[in-house]
This record gives sequence, structure tokens and C-alpha cells, in this order.
Amino acid sequence: MLHCFTKSVLPDASDSPAEDKRPAGPERVSGSDLSHDGGTPQPAIGDPVVRVDDLHLYYGRNEALQGISMDFARGQVTALIGPSGCGKSTFLRCLNRMNDLIDDVRTTGSILLDGQDITDPALDVIELRRRVGMVFQRATPFPKTIYENVAYGLRIAGVSNRAALDEAVERSLRRAALWDEVSDRLRESALGLSGGQHQRLCIARAIAVNPEIILMDEPCSALDPRSTLRIEDLMAELRGEYTIITVTHNMQQAARVSDYTAFLYEGELIEVGLTKDLFTKPQKKETEDYITGRFG
Amino acid sequence: MVLVNGLGVFWPAAIAQVELADGETVLGAWVREETNPDTDEETFQLKTGNREFDPQRMDFHWYPKDSIRQVSYPSDVYVLERPENGDFFGFLDDVQTPSLELPGEGEPSERFQAALAEVRREQANTIEPIARQLSLLNGQLQKIGNKILKLEYRNKRAGAEADASLPDDDLAQLRAEEGEIKAQSDQLVAEKLAQETALRSNVALFRTASGEVQEIPLTNIVRWYQPNAMGPAAKIKHYAAKIWELLADEPRESNTEGGLFPAIFGTVMLVFLMSIACFPLGVLAGVYLGEYAREGVLVRMVRIAVNNLAGIPSIVYGIFGLGFFVYGLGGLVDQWFFPERAAAGVPTYGTGGILWASMTLGLLTVPVAIVATEEALRTIPRGFREGSYALGATKFQTLWRVLLPMATPGMMTGFILAMARAAGEVAPLMITGVVKLAPNLPLDGQFPFFHPDRKFMHLGFHIFDIAYQSPNVEASKPMVYVTTLLLVLIVLVMSGAAIYLRNQMAKRFRSRTI
Repeated sequence: MLHCFTKSVLPDASDSPAEDKRPAGPERVSGSDLSHDGGTPQPAIGDPVVRVDDLHLYYGRNEALQGISMDFARGQVTALIGPSGCGKSTFLRCLNRMNDLIDDVRTTGSILLDGQDITDPALDVIELRRRVGMVFQRATPFPKTIYENVAYGLRIAGVSNRAALDEAVERSLRRAALWDEVSDRLRESALGLSGGQHQRLCIARAIAVNPEIILMDEPCSALDPRSTLRIEDLMAELRGEYTIITVTHNMQQAARVSDYTAFLYEGELIEVGLTKDLFTKPQKKETEDYITGRFG
Repeated sequence: MVLVNGLGVFWPAAIAQVELADGETVLGAWVREETNPDTDEETFQLKTGNREFDPQRMDFHWYPKDSIRQVSYPSDVYVLERPENGDFFGFLDDVQTPSLELPGEGEPSERFQAALAEVRREQANTIEPIARQLSLLNGQLQKIGNKILKLEYRNKRAGAEADASLPDDDLAQLRAEEGEIKAQSDQLVAEKLAQETALRSNVALFRTASGEVQEIPLTNIVRWYQPNAMGPAAKIKHYAAKIWELLADEPRESNTEGGLFPAIFGTVMLVFLMSIACFPLGVLAGVYLGEYAREGVLVRMVRIAVNNLAGIPSIVYGIFGLGFFVYGLGGLVDQWFFPERAAAGVPTYGTGGILWASMTLGLLTVPVAIVATEEALRTIPRGFREGSYALGATKFQTLWRVLLPMATPGMMTGFILAMARAAGEVAPLMITGVVKLAPNLPLDGQFPFFHPDRKFMHLGFHIFDIAYQSPNVEASKPMVYVTTLLLVLIVLVMSGAAIYLRNQMAKRFRSRTI
């Protein structure tokens, strides 16, 4: 059981070439070319899948995100940490435009996904959300069978071919390490599963539509340590194939599972870095205070 | 009280023979006792039946209690249920069957039973076929009448325009046909009458308590029993037969006797049609208000209006239904599709009917459905919506595949409430198409089988009718109880079925134990 700790704690630098698995977007700009404001320490990311530039977000007149600029590395796990209310989840939800569902939200700045600005109002958000999947804090399995839960994303995308669905369901469940537990009861209600299984089912559901990026909004905060461990294991396993961006309150978890960590505080991005660097030698005082537990 | 009185109605009551102080003897079923508050005199009430032989045509009488000399329960008392004039209580004397070939000897009771069976057989063999033929002819006659009306109307309009009435062979032919059928049916009516007169000559002679002998035609006996001679098994059998009559037969005696089938059928049909009208509308409106409409002044106004709509007295809906559905829509339908009948002053849809009544009820219950739908959608945690959207679902897909199935149990609860309310509502029906006695059901074997324009009977109105509009209060009382009980039962059964359905659905969605 301990292997996961050791495996995913601080990834070796040589681990990162996984990013070459996917074709790069048209604009391959290196990190240093961006006009990021110099105050935020940023690592150089060679092949960013998402580039956020000067993102501001307002809830009514309240500015929740105050000019965030950062890159997300392809095929890597990036953890967003910070105290409650610092804008981590809000930021995450910008990446697949889930904030559209909330009235009175306005954003400025740009988010480039493979070079395409996804803040464009004319963008097809349905298509975007197929490319950028999401797993929430509270698992919300639909009141359907396990099979239908996983097949949901494909069905709404218009896939009705039996064999294709079967194949995708099995693949996703296997990928989410749930197959062995549920393969004999795919036709039973998903609500009969346990909390940890619910969350893995939601991950399987997200994987089934084959996204490029999976956003995870505190996926383990409602789970017991054992289930948490399984989810963390899973994140380590999905790494490389998918770009994972996760929000977490648990700094040990961030240290265990992520390659990069970003620290947000009061709507501002304080520091981004390789996880091992950020946790061992933070460059900003706020970061150090936070990770050493002096506040937050 | 409703339960006790309603269930007790059909239990055959013992018939007492009471000798009074003045030498008079009466037969009757004990109804109740009361003390006169003014004179402190104790009195009791007897149902004495034999209405047509009473000078005041009353079949319930009060007697002072101290005038009783003797009470006995003779076992050979007969109770006869008749199609009119209520029950008859008396002793069998003799049976005379001039038109039947039956042995003239033997016990009167055996001969009575044999003769009654024979008369019923005769009725089934001779009169009923004629009656069937007559109703067939009537149907044809009506059809031809309609055709003639149509042709005449067309001619009149053509005549007004071209100033020359077309000589119409068709019309003449139809008229001839009509005459022929009329003659045929007249002949049948005469034949039926003759047969009936012949059968009526078979009578049973009954002696009343006071010793008078009355002739009662056997055809006038719907049912007979000897309550004082019946054992528990026989009583239960009688009870079951009466319940069956109640559920399956037509009413008799201005609704105070016989069955309630048309009223039951009308009530269920009404609620069914109401559901068809109300629920889709309610769901659509609720979904729109809850999911699609942008919060604003207009939506808030609509919501307030919907909530207020639920509080409007139902009679107001009735007036609206009369004005909008019956005269408005119904009048238009008549003008477009049945102009000839409208011109002749016979409205088809422009008068109350089960369709308009159920639409009115649908309108009455739609606020409940809207509020239930909105509320059910609102109680679904936001996570489910987001979970669906995050997988690339559109708003409609989320609604259709996730939200509506999850909201169904909550919506069903609202619908059950709506149905229960609709089933008990009478006021709006009274002006949109309910009648005291409908000759035809809205659903029958005649093309096109479903007749939404027909008037109908309703249990709630039935209660009102027999309780307040009946000339014979005492006689109709038991029926009021029974009908009330039945209405409550029907509402319970329908709600029960809906609740069962809802629970089945809820189980499918909520179960965590598999």
C-alpha cells in the first residue's frame, strides 16, 4: 500500500516526457515568451496544454480572480492549493466554463487550450466540456445503472452503437480501477455503490468521453483515507495519458500526487513551481507560511 | 360515520310487525328512535314502504313509543324492490299467471319463484330483442336526421346565394328512408307495448300488514327477499348482490335506488381526461419556469399568478370554463364542424360536456402540477446538473436524462394531490356539463366510441343531487351515505395507485441497497 506514496510523491524530472504523447497545438510558445507579470515565480513549461493569461473573474462587483497567468503542463498532474475562498475552485471551473452556469459572472483575459481561446463567448462549450472533463467534490452518480452512468457522456454525444458503448464502458471502468468490483453488476443501480466507488465511477464517467484534461475539484475531500488512497493511485495512473488539474486542501496529497503545484491566495496566484521545489524551497513568504501551516 | 352508515345500507334489515294501541298493525324496518324535545314523548321511526298505498305517499312514519302493543318478526314477510314507489313489505297470498303455462297448484312461495323466473325469461326472450332493435333503429334515425339537417342547411345557404333552391333527390330519398324507419320503429314500439301488457297480467297477490290485498305485477319486482327468514350466509349473499348492483347498474327511482355505474364511470373518466389535459401542461410550464426562464420581474409575476391561481374558488373556474371552453371554443368548433346543427339550435360542443368539464378541472389543477414540478426540480442538488454539464450535455439532455427522471417522484406527489382535488370538485362541473341522469356513457360501442361532447354523471354531483334535490329525503339518505363512501373510496384507490407507482419509481432511483 505504501508504493503509491513513494511512486507519486516527488516525480523525477525525467518523468515528464510523457507530454510528447499528444500532438502539440499550433502555437508552441515557450513559457518565457509570455508577458507574465514578473512577480509570480513560474517554471518554464515546454509544451503547455493550457495557457492562462491575465484572467480576471468577477462575481457581480466582487473580483474573485485577480489576474492569473500560468501554464499547465501536458500529461502532468497540477495541484492548486490555497486556503478556502482563495479562488481555486473558481479558477478550475473557468477551464471548462462551468462558471457559465452561475448568473452574474464575468471574466476577462484569455485561456488558450491548444492555442484556442476558450473564453470566447462564441465557443461551443459542449465541445469544450467534452475535451475538458470534470470530477466534483461530491460524487453525483446519476440515478441510473452503473453501465448507463459511464455510457452517459457517450450517449449524449450520440453514440448508440452497442459494441462501442460496451467497449468504452469496460475500458473506462478498468481505467478507473472499478471494473473488478462492478463487472458483475453493471445493470444495477449506481446508487448501490459506496462513496469511494461513487467517486471512481464519476472518474470513469469522465474518462469515457476521452477528454484531454480532467479537472478534479477536491475529489477526495468527502472520502475516507482508504478511498482517498485509491483515488490518488488512480491519478498517478492516469497521469501521462491525461492532463490532470486538481484542487485540494490537503497539502500532503498535493505533494504526493502532483508534478506541479500552484498556490493561490485571495484571488491571486502567488507561486507556481515543480511540486518538489515549491514544497522544499518556496520562493515567496506567503507560500512558505501556508505550507508550513502558519496560516490557512 | 360515513363508513358505518355507508357499509350498513345494504345489510338486509329485519322487518318488524308492530301492533299499535289503536289496533292498527304496521310492517316496517326500524330506522331510529327520538325523543320529542317539546313533549318529551319518545317516538320511533319505521320504514313502512308501500308508498303508493299511503294516503300521503310517504314510506317513513313516526309512531309514539308507548303506543306499541306488540312487536313480532314474522318470518314470511316479503320485501320487494321495485323500479318505482320504493320497497313493498307484505305477505304472499297467491300468484296468478294467466299468460304463462305454469301449474296452478302448490305452495304460493314456490309458484311465486317459478313464475318470477318465467316472467324474467319471457322478458329476456321477447322484450329485450325488441328493445335492442329499437335502439339500433334510433341510432340510424339520428344519423339520417343529421344528414337531412346538413343537406337542408347546405340548400338553404345555396338558395340564399344563388336564389334558387336546388331540387335535391338525395334529400327526398333520405326523407323516405327516415319515414320508413320511423314506421318500423313505431310498429316495434307497439309490439313491445303489447308484450309488456301481456306480461304485466301475471301478478302476485300480497297482503299488507293491515290486511289489504294488493296485486303486484311480477315484472315490477326487481328483487325480493325475506329478511326475517335469512341466515347469515343468505344475508351476506344478498349484501354482495347489492354491492354488485351498486357498482354495475344504472340508477333507479330518481337516483335514490339502484346502481351508480354511470356516475363512477363518469368520475373516473373525468379525472383521467383531466390528467391528460393538466399534467403535460403543468410539467412544461414548471420546467420552463424552473429551468429556462431567466429570473426577472415577469417570471416572478407569473409565479405569483400561478400561486394565486391555486387559491381561486373553484366555481370561478367553472364560470371561466363555461365562458371560454363551452361558449368560446365549443361555439367555434360547432361553427366549423357542425354548422347545420348549430343553425338548428342543437349545439354539439357548444354545450357542457365531459371534454370541457375535464379541461376546466385541468385548469383548476394545473397550478398544483406547475408548483410540484418546479419544486421537484429545485430540490435536485446542483451537483447532478454540473455532473451532467461537465460531460458535455446540453441543457435539454441534462433535463431529459437526469433531472426529469429524478424529479418524477416529487412531481407524482403533486399530481396525486391534483387528482384528489379534481375528483372531489363539483362546483365547476355543475355549469360545465354534469347532469343528474345521463342516458349514454361518454364511452360506448357506437362509432366513434368516445364522445367527448356528451354530458356525464359524477359521484360528487350525485351526492348533491340526491341529498338536496330529492323529494323523498328519508328514502335517499342511505344512498347519500353510500355515494359519499364510494367517492372517498375512488379517490383513495386512484391516489393509492398513483402512490404505488411513485414509490416504485422512487425505489428505482433512491435505493442504496441492492
